[in-house]
Amino acid sequence: MNRPELVCPAGTPSAMRTAVDAGADAVYCGFQNATNARNFPGLNFTVPELERSVAHAHAGGTKVLLAVNTFPPAGKVNLWKEAVDTGARLGIDAFIVADIGVAAYIHKNHPDIRLHLSVQAAASTPEAIKFYCREFNVKRVVLPRIMTVSEIKTMASEIPCEIETFIFGNHGLMVEGRCSLTNYITGLSTNMDGVCSPAAQVQYVKDDVGNLSTKLGDFTIDCFSCDENAGYPTICKGRYLTPAHDGAYYAFEEPISLNLSSLLPDLMAAGVTALKIEGRQRSRAYVKSVVTAYRKAVDSIMDGRNPQISDLLALTEGQKETQGAFKSKTWR
Amino acid sequence: MMKTQLTIAPILFHWSAEQKLDFYARIADEAPIDVVYLGEVICSKRTPFFEKHYGEVAERLTRAGKTVVFSTLAEVMLKRERNMIARFCDLEDYELEVNDSSALWHLEKKPYRIGSLMNVYNEDTMAYLVGKGATHFSLPPELPHNSIAILAARAKELGVTIEVQVFGRVSLALSARCYHARAHGRIKDNCQFVCEEDFDGMPLNTLEKEEFLTINGIQTLSHTYLNLLGELDDMKNMGVTHFRLAPHTQDMVAVAKIFREALDTTASVKESSEKLATLGIPAPLSNGFWHGRPGHQWVDQIC
Repeated sequence: MNRPELVCPAGTPSAMRTAVDAGADAVYCGFQNATNARNFPGLNFTVPELERSVAHAHAGGTKVLLAVNTFPPAGKVNLWKEAVDTGARLGIDAFIVADIGVAAYIHKNHPDIRLHLSVQAAASTPEAIKFYCREFNVKRVVLPRIMTVSEIKTMASEIPCEIETFIFGNHGLMVEGRCSLTNYITGLSTNMDGVCSPAAQVQYVKDDVGNLSTKLGDFTIDCFSCDENAGYPTICKGRYLTPAHDGAYYAFEEPISLNLSSLLPDLMAAGVTALKIEGRQRSRAYVKSVVTAYRKAVDSIMDGRNPQISDLLALTEGQKETQGAFKSKTWR
Repeated sequence: MMKTQLTIAPILFHWSAEQKLDFYARIADEAPIDVVYLGEVICSKRTPFFEKHYGEVAERLTRAGKTVVFSTLAEVMLKRERNMIARFCDLEDYELEVNDSSALWHLEKKPYRIGSLMNVYNEDTMAYLVGKGATHFSLPPELPHNSIAILAARAKELGVTIEVQVFGRVSLALSARCYHARAHGRIKDNCQFVCEEDFDGMPLNTLEKEEFLTINGIQTLSHTYLNLLGELDDMKNMGVTHFRLAPHTQDMVAVAKIFREALDTTASVKESSEKLATLGIPAPLSNGFWHGRPGHQWVDQIC
């Protein structure tokens, strides 16, 4: 079994330092604009910040992966090319991309820098992945969070590149890169603007008896009684009504986080090269706890010991966790 | 300038074989439609119900003067689905519309169309795929008009054509999970085809009983119906060549006639809109995406 790379979120320079110091093999990050899929206010890197951060990460033996993984709309492509050229100049170790045009640009202009296919490209078959490998010399694919471990194992035997899978964090229900729900409601696009449920359009409205409604744009996403913790209004984690179902229900999924700690040995045995922790929007404390816990777990599996995973439940959304699609097809 | 083409998208919902046969018979005999996209795009479990009819339907439509194109599954995962894609890519008699990058592996240097469920957002991606054999692009519905204008201009230079959806519910998201099954307390593997009860999709309303979204198996669609009658002139001027109608249970022959007249400017936007309003469309109309606004919104055109 090869030692897998632990790939950790770096939403800010301080989060990157924290991840590096906690034992991340690689960190991923983006610039402060629409070129990456976590374009949230207060997150991401300026050019000088990334320059300093790359130096610190490399000094600690940690690779820096730059997410340029949104889809540039026609007329704005140059912003993505600038992000790529800047990343190359700063010495990043790999680009994470989804758009075919951006991949072609990197392959042509920076052929020596590794290309990773983002989860946003939604490549879910060996054929799709082989297409990207053939065309752009993609070295690694980040798999959509829709496959079981046994499907991943089969996949590993059929493709010519490395596999990265998510192991912890936010658990979006829609196939990444194929969701325009946020744009339908808010006018900002997940694919084009890197935005999902933008905070500027979120409202928490309290009624007379203390119930709290969470709204995105003009629409109510959920409603909580006083004894419930109100979650952030993400469309695919809301409660809705439909004639076929008795009463309000989570039509897509409840607020819950992915946690694959107990599947870790299986994932590693399945041939996964890199294990990804989600959460560029999360705090430094989150990064420190999750990275430290998974560092220990991976190292003990490699040493042939049972992994001791510390309790991460407190860091999950709604204090609930799931193994999502990975454990069994019944998730679908 | 080439004559504008009116197209009909694949049926996204799980209609019975009889419903589909009737639908395509009417399209063949009565509708001013130029291109018909056939095939199951959403759920491979549904394919056995209509598979045996495709040959006869395609032939009938072709005899009626329509161009027939087969659309591929939008989300490919299982071995059975991968084989389906491989078989489709070997089709000789009909063109193919690709909705997932799996097909691109098989189609090296063979001409094909790109469907609206593929992510072609910019001129670089378009040019790259043209180099790989793409001849026609149906654009993602969330693209705003200024991006579509640039894509249409570039398409003209590249010698390919552009299609934009102008009517019907808009696809917003795909998932591996079946939300139809989930609403009925089931999972995808034992769904018992509960989606067949909802001919235009299953309504999803907010807790305040406001109409919100539409569920179709693994797909989430808009509640509103897209209507770009008022934008057709702009689209023609930018070089959009194909105008796509999404099938619903409303009278699609009437919808096609309304859009054909509007494209030919034999009816004004006002007249066409009034006719559309008589067809009993069960949801508000929207055109927000085109105008760079939230997709569910309606932006009044200054006439």
